[in-house]
Amino acid sequence: MQLMHYLTLAAVLFCIGFFGIITRRNAVAVLMSLELMFNAVNINLVAFNRFTAPDDLVGQVFAVFVIVVAAAEATIGLAIVILIYRNWRGIDVDRVNLLKW
Amino acid sequence: MEAFTFYLFSFLIIVAALAVVTMRNIFHCALFLILCLFSVAGIYVLLHAEFLAAVQVLIYVGAVSILIIFAIMLTSRLAGRDVPMTNEQTFLGGFMSLVLLFTLVYALKETIFRVTAQAPAPQTTLRIGQMLLTDYVLPFELVSVLLLATLIGAIIISRQEGN
Repeated sequence: MQLMHYLTLAAVLFCIGFFGIITRRNAVAVLMSLELMFNAVNINLVAFNRFTAPDDLVGQVFAVFVIVVAAAEATIGLAIVILIYRNWRGIDVDRVNLLKW
Repeated sequence: MEAFTFYLFSFLIIVAALAVVTMRNIFHCALFLILCLFSVAGIYVLLHAEFLAAVQVLIYVGAVSILIIFAIMLTSRLAGRDVPMTNEQTFLGGFMSLVLLFTLVYALKETIFRVTAQAPAPQTTLRIGQMLLTDYVLPFELVSVLLLATLIGAIIISRQEGN
């Protein structure tokens, strides 16, 4: 398997996640699409590490950092979703326009 | 054999990801998300990143998925069948995603990467541990502080008012 296969797979996954983010109404579904995009980025990092510099593991170390930041983002995002649900009785992101003027 | 495994995992990832962004039942979406994340762990094993595959299974499949399922169950009244799951931008969004995909694939095809035919490094877990505690100890400590801030922030945000 060549580098190109993995990069194409990551690009497809990224675009699917992008589609989910801009079309979903449910805030939890938006967060799930965001996780797909994080995974596409991680596949890219690991594939470049494997095929361009296999003896230097910087790509894998940064993938670990990306996973940690994604976990933190999911935690805060879901806490905000719970809070929005409690105040609005719904998590439709099209209706939550508190920061829009 | 390697090609077959790659195409099997790619097929699983793409089908599961499409199910995540298109299915109506949000709980089924979460289950397909777990399948997708698990297949990504398989891709990591194919790329000789065993430590990352273990981390992926532990953190994504184990923790983040459970967190998402908790959030779905706590907000489940809004996930009924009569609630529209997608907004009116479906066709425009799909078109823009396809444009982005073709742009990315074209850019990848036109770029020449300096690929080496070197064998993958043995004992990646040991090397990653050494790198995390020597060269990358500052980002390592920073993400620890980030996780602590996330912990406190999640508690404060989701706490009931007035208690």
